[in-house]
Amino acid sequence: METIDQAFVLGKRAALNWMSAFLPDWTMVFVSIIISATAIVIFGPVTMMYLTWFERKLVGRIQNRFGPNRVGPWGLLQPIADGIKMLTKEDIVPEHADKFAHFLAPVVIVIPALLIFSVVPFGRGMVAVDLSIGILFFLALSSTTTIWIFVASWGSRNKFSLLGGMRSVAQMISYEIPMVLSVVPVLLVVGSFSTVSIVEAQSGWNWFIFTPWGIAGFLVFFLTGVAEVNRTPFDLPEGESEIVAGFHTEYSGMKFALFYMAEFMNAFSISGIVATAYLGGWQGPWLPSWAWFFIKTYALVFVMMWFRGTFPRLRVDQLMGFAWKVLLPLTLANIFIAALWLNLESPKNNLISALVLVAIVTIIYWANRPEVPKKRIYRYAYED
Amino acid sequence: MQYELKDAPAFETQTLEVSLGPQHPSTHGVFRMNVVLDGETIVKLKPVMGYLHRNHEKLAENMTWLGSMPYTDRLDYICSMTNNFAYALAVEKLANLEVPERAQYIRVIMAELTRLVNHTLLIGFLLNDLGAFFTPVLYAFREREKILDLFEAVAGSRMMCNYLRFGGVKVDLTSDFIPRARQIINKYPKFLDEFEKLLSENEILMARCQNVGVLPKELAINAGISGPMLRASGVPYDIRKVDGYSIYNRFKFRVPIGEKGDVYDRYYVRILEMRESIKILDQAIKEIPDGEFITKEGGVGARAPRNFKPPKGDAYGRIEAPKGELGFYLVSDGTVKPYRYHVRPPSFINLTILEDMCLGQKVADAIIILGSIDIVLGEVDR
Repeated sequence: METIDQAFVLGKRAALNWMSAFLPDWTMVFVSIIISATAIVIFGPVTMMYLTWFERKLVGRIQNRFGPNRVGPWGLLQPIADGIKMLTKEDIVPEHADKFAHFLAPVVIVIPALLIFSVVPFGRGMVAVDLSIGILFFLALSSTTTIWIFVASWGSRNKFSLLGGMRSVAQMISYEIPMVLSVVPVLLVVGSFSTVSIVEAQSGWNWFIFTPWGIAGFLVFFLTGVAEVNRTPFDLPEGESEIVAGFHTEYSGMKFALFYMAEFMNAFSISGIVATAYLGGWQGPWLPSWAWFFIKTYALVFVMMWFRGTFPRLRVDQLMGFAWKVLLPLTLANIFIAALWLNLESPKNNLISALVLVAIVTIIYWANRPEVPKKRIYRYAYED
Repeated sequence: MQYELKDAPAFETQTLEVSLGPQHPSTHGVFRMNVVLDGETIVKLKPVMGYLHRNHEKLAENMTWLGSMPYTDRLDYICSMTNNFAYALAVEKLANLEVPERAQYIRVIMAELTRLVNHTLLIGFLLNDLGAFFTPVLYAFREREKILDLFEAVAGSRMMCNYLRFGGVKVDLTSDFIPRARQIINKYPKFLDEFEKLLSENEILMARCQNVGVLPKELAINAGISGPMLRASGVPYDIRKVDGYSIYNRFKFRVPIGEKGDVYDRYYVRILEMRESIKILDQAIKEIPDGEFITKEGGVGARAPRNFKPPKGDAYGRIEAPKGELGFYLVSDGTVKPYRYHVRPPSFINLTILEDMCLGQKVADAIIILGSIDIVLGEVDR
């Protein structure tokens, strides 16, 4: 059990041992870095490839059809076929585009998406860098994606792109705030920014989602995460039915694929971080730790794709309204609730904080009541 | 109409002119809207039409009366049966033709099935415009296919049916048509329940559709709007009831009325209308008599179409097509070709108030308002 659990850690150690036989000692640090980095650089794109397959298959099933099933068994080679297609397609740059910006944006947008993987604890001991500011690192990097989306939209010199880029910036600024605030309760309780210590604080069944503030925090963090990676119902920056394809209207071939890669890798890493912060990360009985991490992460990814298959899109003002009028007050209150939970004695604290949470949710609901849509009753002419 | 900016901007801003279409994912064809945007808000909107103009009316004037029947299929290519119906009705009025009882019933069955097809599909596409990545539209297609199978069985074609003739229909129903139709109609309410359960009370759909694209009653009447759009604005006007053409006054059905005239009302009125259509179909299938499917006298229709010469005069035949009032105005000079042939296309006339509904709304709203009008470019541009 221990060996399966630590398979990847032991593998890396074995590789290092083997290399130390013929490499000088001082290079070992770099070798270690290279091994971890290579693992991430391979893992990221492969995950992305199979997430596209998974999404197409799943949305296909939701829509009463098969999804890809021609290339390989169950269409498993579809991502490879897609990759070849993307690489061989003509790379079209609009005549009046800012060529440098148009080229730079899709290339750079992948970097933060890959870097985030370095702080994701994939299993016990399986984190590339145990940064003491892990969560902050994640939040900071994930928000830089917006800059490159905007560069892409500006560089394309297309009005649809520009609208998409503007929407993206507005959306990110709004959702960044509840996102950061929704992790604060975790930091408050754990007392550390490090992703590893967050997971270790949830040992046994003490996952944070089982506490009142954890439920609220989890929902807000996950929703803002969905908004952060521009997925339905928050996919306004690329809202197909309105602004054609938003910021990537003018991209084709591999550049387009890179945007997709960044989006899917972000979707995966955000699910991973949400699982880390609230669902106990790799904690869990019986199965190896990395298996638990992947189960939880893919469950969240599944929910994201489920959203994609079922929900319509929100409108710009409703999107902003949701962030500022619902999520922000809820997260602010949630910090208070977490503090309350932390300072009360064990059996009592759950009940009291749950009551406070319910009260606050009710207040927010009542305050937003005018905007809650109402059911209508229709009448008929010419009764029969 | 002029849109005034509500708050003076703190710094100098510019409006953005965007051309939505003619190639755009959700303009339902080659329709174009030249939109002036202030941020995301629509300040001006100019619809540009005519990209699909095929000279339908002039072509018909150079063709025999029956010769343009298949071309009417191509007007609103989703509801070819009702297009045939309106044209046949106009010619029958002109030539004073009687339609046998059985043919009347067949026509009503086909028209109501077409209404089901059209409304189901429209709701699917409206959800697509709302951003629901194809899921509703594919379920709508699934149900539509079943009805198209029926059309194929009787007319030989799924979409371009060309089924009606002056004084009746082209061929009689196949022997298994009625049981098959009954099966579909019996299952349809269940599908609608499921559809509605998933969509009608979805918070996002409600938030997106309610109070968007409001069309006041007076404006709707003044602009000549017809069909579900007019009824969603609260005007109880249904040509099936008003004219009672064909045999519609024999059936018991109600006409659902909206209150606000927003996108949600237009959406919901259509769902309720489908339920009423099912009622009509139930009755029609139960009561359909045996007999002739096309009139014998007059030497019309399938028998000698080239010599069909209606007497001099003019006639206007109209029906309640799924999209609104579809009318054909025909002038005959007693020859084998119509002297004047004019179509009153519901989706074109319903489209004329697009700007009034869109001003002050967001870009995303313009798309769903357009979707809720229910246009088919084949009919708009003709």
